[in-house]
Amino acid sequence: METFLFVLFALSACGGALAVVLTQNVVRMAFWLVISLGSVAGLFFSLDADFVGAVQLLIYVGGTVVLLIFGVMLTSKEPFTAIKQNPAEIVQGAVVGLAFLAMVLATVYAVDWQSHQAVVVGHEHDGLPSGYNRPIEGNTARSIGTALLGVRFDRDLGKGGEHASGEHGHAHRDHDVSTGYLLPFEVVSVHLLVVLVGAAYLARAKRRRPVSAA
Amino acid sequence: MNAYLAVAAVLFVCGVMCMATKRNGIGVLMGVELVLNGANINFVAFSKYGLLGLDGQIFSLFVIVLAAAEAAVALAIALNFYNNHLTIDVDQASELKN
Repeated sequence: METFLFVLFALSACGGALAVVLTQNVVRMAFWLVISLGSVAGLFFSLDADFVGAVQLLIYVGGTVVLLIFGVMLTSKEPFTAIKQNPAEIVQGAVVGLAFLAMVLATVYAVDWQSHQAVVVGHEHDGLPSGYNRPIEGNTARSIGTALLGVRFDRDLGKGGEHASGEHGHAHRDHDVSTGYLLPFEVVSVHLLVVLVGAAYLARAKRRRPVSAA
Repeated sequence: MNAYLAVAAVLFVCGVMCMATKRNGIGVLMGVELVLNGANINFVAFSKYGLLGLDGQIFSLFVIVLAAAEAAVALAIALNFYNNHLTIDVDQASELKN
């Protein structure tokens, strides 16, 4: 069942992305983008990231794509505009794209991620805190919320019991207490506010100054 | 995990090709969204199978929020460009050429 769902979502994500590239019509591109982003949300759900999947559905599929469709509506004179490329450009694009895809896929499959992970962690693999990579599936909304407020229940509380017996554990445990994501959260929120004010300023309707008033 | 990375690679390459070949400004924006989604899949896949833990999911949340902000600003710029040029073909944006 899990494999079937993964194959379904992966095929629709890749197919949607390919159709976005191949379609000439902007409105159909937006539709295929919805398909692709929705199946990416499905991939997030199957990766036990339920909160990220929900946010993907809400913000991307519900917000960003609607914004893009409004952009399409405001910038096209007739409903089905298609700006054509000539076939030579399409052939060039296909060759470059396939070469690039082959390079990225060769890189992905050349690395043995499991042994790489063992090298990075080294000897401390046994001493990982119990909350580090929890076997519980999903249910990440509360931990993400507390992490955004600066408290890491998944990491800090798991450290205490595991390292308590080690003699050198106490020395570097103080450096390891993570502080969560309060500062990046604030930075992102201020960034979002500034960006939206700037976007509203850029896209405002320009008022023509009446000639008689000058 | 390699399968997830492969899906992310396909999305990334599609987004890059979309950015490079589309002449419609909105199409370029859609390419950017696809690229960011490929990166997000990588983040969440490493958060499950790698050592990132919850950090990968939080990073993907930040990426989603920044993508929304980027789309808003880029659409405002596209609307201004359309108001000035009455087209959204990015090949027409050549004022900076000497």
